[in-house]
Amino acid sequence: MSDTAIPYEVQPHPVTGIPNGKFGIWLFLASEVMLFGALFSSYILLRTGSASWPHGAEELNVPLATVNTMVLITSSITMVMAWASLKMGSLPKFRLYMAATILCALGFMGIKYVEYTTKFQHGHFPSTSNFFGIYFTLTGLHGLHIVGGVIVNTYLLFATGMWKTDREHFENRVENAGLYWHFVDLVWIFLFPSLYLL
Amino acid sequence: MDATHETHSGAAAHGPEEIQKHVRVYIMVFIALACLTAVTVGASYVNFGAHWMNILVALVIAGIKASLVAAYFMHLISEKKVIFWVLALTAGFFLLCLFLPLLTVGEVRAAQTIHEAAAAAAPAHH
Repeated sequence: MSDTAIPYEVQPHPVTGIPNGKFGIWLFLASEVMLFGALFSSYILLRTGSASWPHGAEELNVPLATVNTMVLITSSITMVMAWASLKMGSLPKFRLYMAATILCALGFMGIKYVEYTTKFQHGHFPSTSNFFGIYFTLTGLHGLHIVGGVIVNTYLLFATGMWKTDREHFENRVENAGLYWHFVDLVWIFLFPSLYLL
Repeated sequence: MDATHETHSGAAAHGPEEIQKHVRVYIMVFIALACLTAVTVGASYVNFGAHWMNILVALVIAGIKASLVAAYFMHLISEKKVIFWVLALTAGFFLLCLFLPLLTVGEVRAAQTIHEAAAAAAPAHH
């Protein structure tokens, strides 16, 4: 074992019982929970502390957001199917499902773009009110996370050479990217009712 | 290359046949998530009495959906204990992060009340 470099291991670490990469991504997700948690906490404080607060459906497009919710849930199943396809030994299926995941993500961003531009056209900006401030901050940060996921997933879609030379290493990468992606879906599952329905 | 599968963590230890069974579960979870999304939207139109009841219902449904994603898509249901500890600790601190600032709301309101009372009393001394 080198003193200067930490080699990547597909073998589970003797202390944690899981590969380092998986442990690492879970720790990262824990920090992300705190990040979005802090913003949700701010939302609760702003809302309970204000004299009036609009009902989500009054200001925001619920049908469009419902479609977006389904788009993201679909992307989650295609992501896990991409990983399962690798485990079942099919690279073409992996490519299909990973491409579907990326397309769903881009669809989500497209719908978000429509939502945002409509708001701007009606003169609703983050500075307009606390409601819109927290709406744009929460959904904007979430959108940035989607973009990050798209970049990683696109890389994995094209960097499949590793699957032929170092199969489990690549499968672990896909699984870890999947964990991140499911987390992004999870955040939206809470964002959607909190902002749009309540 | 290690030929045994038992050394790998829960979800990765399965061969292609077992993954097929997992696929059936993934599809069922997807259908459940779709139904629960419809339920979430539908429930938002129902008046459960107090507004906090609506909030509770929405968060409970969201919690169920989140649990399904975490348990089956993220393989938590077959994951090692260390991950549960990481998440339990996170959940604890998250709740703290959420509810600790609410303790200060009372202080702010009290300060405002005192300030308003002082401002109301001041003009009388002119």
